[in-house]
Amino acid sequence: MKVKLWGVRGSIPTTGPDTEKYGGNTSCASVAYEDNLLVLDGGTGIRRCGSAYPSSRRIDILLTHLHLDHIQGLGFFSPLFDPSKEIHIWGPASSSQSLFSRISRYLSPPLFPVLLRDVPCKLELHEVSNSAFDIGPFRIQSAYIIHPGPTVGYRIMQENFVFTYIPDHEPALGSHGMIQNPKWVSGYDLAEGADILLHDAQYTQEEYPTRRGWGHSSINDAGLFASITAAKHTLFAHHDPSHSDAFLEEMLASFKSSSDISASLATEGFEIDLS
Amino acid sequence: MASHEIEIILNRQLADCLSIPVFITDTIGNLIFYNEPAEELLGKRFEDTGEMPVEEWSTIFKPLDNNGDPMPPEKLPLVKTLSKQYPYHKSFHIESLKGKKEAISVTSYPIVSRSGNFLGAVAIFWKQKLK
Repeated sequence: MKVKLWGVRGSIPTTGPDTEKYGGNTSCASVAYEDNLLVLDGGTGIRRCGSAYPSSRRIDILLTHLHLDHIQGLGFFSPLFDPSKEIHIWGPASSSQSLFSRISRYLSPPLFPVLLRDVPCKLELHEVSNSAFDIGPFRIQSAYIIHPGPTVGYRIMQENFVFTYIPDHEPALGSHGMIQNPKWVSGYDLAEGADILLHDAQYTQEEYPTRRGWGHSSINDAGLFASITAAKHTLFAHHDPSHSDAFLEEMLASFKSSSDISASLATEGFEIDLS
Repeated sequence: MASHEIEIILNRQLADCLSIPVFITDTIGNLIFYNEPAEELLGKRFEDTGEMPVEEWSTIFKPLDNNGDPMPPEKLPLVKTLSKQYPYHKSFHIESLKGKKEAISVTSYPIVSRSGNFLGAVAIFWKQKLK
């Protein structure tokens, strides 16, 4: 399966010369195997993804949650407007409102001109929680994780390969940080032994204390999570909009000076073939 | 290893921040976490004991009513929460294995997940002054 990153910026699209290298589009990744296509999150990165797989008749969009930086690009995903396409949107169940109702709050006037119910593709919505399900050749596991509002992470398995996608996650929330026992680590089951783990690393260790409870991780906590889960390689993602390319590289260098885990910065356009 | 659901993890993280004794159990009453103030009541450290089966931790202190008579388990808030999945509150006395008596109030509530699943219960012990 081929994994490609279309957006790795957190919170808000951030374009400009300072963010050119790692990219300014918000969360989106694709996982493709032959004509089977999964799209993870609908941040602004999804727009370019929309035209990259013309032969996929069915596309499954797996949303981790409905914060704006994860759905802002949905209305600009061209296959939604193609009657020949079958689009399935999967997202976390809430205890109060349906997934359709919650997505429609954004994809409806006055925020967006087209109603979700009026998009021309064949559209189907699915709610997930702590779930396991199959889409084509992919075995998928979803689980609620620590982030404000209903939020899941995804573990995607195809043959023997595992890609874990947890772009927004604060497993260290608590007075003593992360409890270093796998039974007590949010998201552990999703990431255990993953070949590639994409994980939230929005803040520096110094920034994190003033942003505790906002739902994101410091690069050090992301590294600790990767270490506990024994992920083989970690992509640090959800880059803070205020962090330039140079700053991100300083963050990584500082992290690597005290850690020997295999990790790199998630980069828009990065592609890897797990086969 | 299967991890606890986040509703349980978040309850532990909250308990860790509180200065009142908090006990967290699974759906059948096995003690899966207790915080530092609860360690004082139990006379044990979570770091040492880890999780404790219901048969073990339920014998560490004996609940007594206002007359000093033993209370049946089904009258205890936590036991009621585990069986009915509702919150309960009651004041009574406890006697430790060393014979020390304390007047306490217990508030218990069920942990029901976002998906509506019953995951366990929390019991908060409020110490009172003996009359």
